[in-house]
Amino acid sequence: MKQFLEGSWAVAEAVKLCKPGVISAYPITPQTHIVEHLAKFVADGRINAESINVESEHSAASVVLGSQAAGVRSFTATSSQGLFLMAEVVFNIAGMRLPIMMVCANRAISAPINIWNDQQDSISLRDAGWIQLYAENNQEAIDLIIAGYKIGEMPKVMLPIMVCVDGFILTHGMETVDMPDAVAVDKFLPAYNPPFKLDVDNPMSFGLLGDPSVYTENRYSLHKTLEELLEIIPQVGSEYKSAFGRDSVRLVEKYRVHDAETVIVALGSVCGTIKDVIDDEREKGNKVGLLKIVTYRPFPKAAIYNALKNVPNISILDKNISLGSEGAVYTEVKALFNDSTKKISGFVAGLGGRDISKGTVIEMLRLTKEEVNNCKFMDLDTSLLWEEFRVS
Amino acid sequence: MSVDREHILDNFFVSGHTACSGCGQSMAARIVMNVAGKNTMVTNATGCLEVFSTKAPETSWGVPWVHSLFENAAAVGSGVEAALKHLGKLDSIRVISQGGDGGTADIGLQALSGMIERGHDVLYVCYDNEAYMNTGIQRSGLTPFDAKTTTSPIGKKSTGNPKQKKPLVEICAAHHIPYAASASVGYPQDVEKKVKKALSIRGSKFLMIHVPCPLGWGSDPALTIEIARLAVQSGLYPIVEYENGQLSNRMKLAAVKPVKDYLVTQNRFKHLLKNEEELAKVQKIADNNISYYGLK
Repeated sequence: MKQFLEGSWAVAEAVKLCKPGVISAYPITPQTHIVEHLAKFVADGRINAESINVESEHSAASVVLGSQAAGVRSFTATSSQGLFLMAEVVFNIAGMRLPIMMVCANRAISAPINIWNDQQDSISLRDAGWIQLYAENNQEAIDLIIAGYKIGEMPKVMLPIMVCVDGFILTHGMETVDMPDAVAVDKFLPAYNPPFKLDVDNPMSFGLLGDPSVYTENRYSLHKTLEELLEIIPQVGSEYKSAFGRDSVRLVEKYRVHDAETVIVALGSVCGTIKDVIDDEREKGNKVGLLKIVTYRPFPKAAIYNALKNVPNISILDKNISLGSEGAVYTEVKALFNDSTKKISGFVAGLGGRDISKGTVIEMLRLTKEEVNNCKFMDLDTSLLWEEFRVS
Repeated sequence: MSVDREHILDNFFVSGHTACSGCGQSMAARIVMNVAGKNTMVTNATGCLEVFSTKAPETSWGVPWVHSLFENAAAVGSGVEAALKHLGKLDSIRVISQGGDGGTADIGLQALSGMIERGHDVLYVCYDNEAYMNTGIQRSGLTPFDAKTTTSPIGKKSTGNPKQKKPLVEICAAHHIPYAASASVGYPQDVEKKVKKALSIRGSKFLMIHVPCPLGWGSDPALTIEIARLAVQSGLYPIVEYENGQLSNRMKLAAVKPVKDYLVTQNRFKHLLKNEEELAKVQKIADNNISYYGLK
């Protein structure tokens, strides 16, 4: 059913459709509206779940770890500092193969404290063993949550899923979304029935000490499952498309890439702006395109390579920075090409809520064709910088 | 890892683990588990108990058991309890969360406070061996005054740990939970009675059990029980019960022993034996306990 909803509300409705039995989160801007809506659904009896109001994000993640280990589908959500306080548990959850769903309302990292959007938080936890999916809009957030639960809970997968939605831009933005029908979701997403759980009739121990004789094999198994997901995610994506009519669940989206001479690579909501610019540029006869990465972990190397192999100019937009190096996505995409004929540039933009305007994107396209930049910060206000930093 | 059912019989924490000889914690854990029985789920903090009982692929636990991290046993227990509530199984299955003194009184205190403030139907058991033993005998918030540890060493300017034990039972009782108590592995029947009582009560319960650590305390492994009893009998380890925030019961001492009788059994206090000034301070702590809790 078409509904005009705030992003957080849409996310909460999608979570409700997936029927988690335990929800636990700690409030942090811009994630708060998601858990407020869920708390109200629980209070109104619209969802049969325990809502646990914990004293920290560390405990929020630990509560859902416990409930999921006991065999109950669980949900949590956070942002920024909250995700970092959870970080220890986040890695632990993946190692314990618990398919918990988390929505990360992407927000910048302190200091300086900043509640606005970039993607430094989730990108910094890319190595945790979670599936990471990035939504361009609220419709995709809904679709990725529903499909994400299904993917993570598959007996051959059993891995947690982080659905990343840009804070404020999506979480607080109103959009028309097509909310899937509850009966259809029940059909698509069967009840959670894990192969292993805490069970008094079949007592098992979870979270054992793994010494050097077994630790490497554990990490290897996690890695192999993530690699296998590069085939599983598109399969579930086509099931999702058959059930709900939308092609949202995928590794990458190619937007006007086929004959493009310059392609921008990006994640999340900024892809909407980029698509507008591309349409404008195409009108003018400029051959430009966008490669949107939906699945960032596992990293879809082959899909990205194949999409870009014939593209001479590649422009990677990072809403994060590996300080002292370059944007994280730039490093990974660049590493796929050992081809000196290509111009591959990395741009850092949109940090801490700085707008990425159409003008920013147009300038990126211009610079990409002109010269190679490894870590070009866009839209710097040089008047705020020390004099020696003013030449970029 | 699955458990060899034949070996378990009625024992829910079985031998074959790698605890040191004379480990008070392993004795107390066996008592707790055997009182709790089959219909129990356990969440365990990182620490000696977790490490010596579950080196993959082996486990000593005959009940469903989960270890996650150092500071989150109470939060994981909250989640297990919430799941059981959702499944309608909380009437038949008890949840126990447990850890050592570091995992409970220090790094895990926030999660513990959160769990008991929210009133989860969980029994939290703290095995108090009075230092971070798993990492090699560093002081914790429950290390007693003047005890020598690797991070409260004795020296020209130090007589050991400068602070008294954090009043953890009182901190929990101050949350006005239905039951908060201390016990000692030196009195196994009392531990059994308290576990049974705690598990009969719905809501959050807290039990702290004094468990000597021969390696960390520098004591004779054969004397674990005797040393535990001396701690109680000297007044240094008061055995008390709080119900709904009120002190409701204490183990009375028939004859109070001087603290020196307890201190002399352990290397961690050896430096005090010829230091009358410090001995007097430790005696004062015991005397205060005796009058504060009415132990005589």
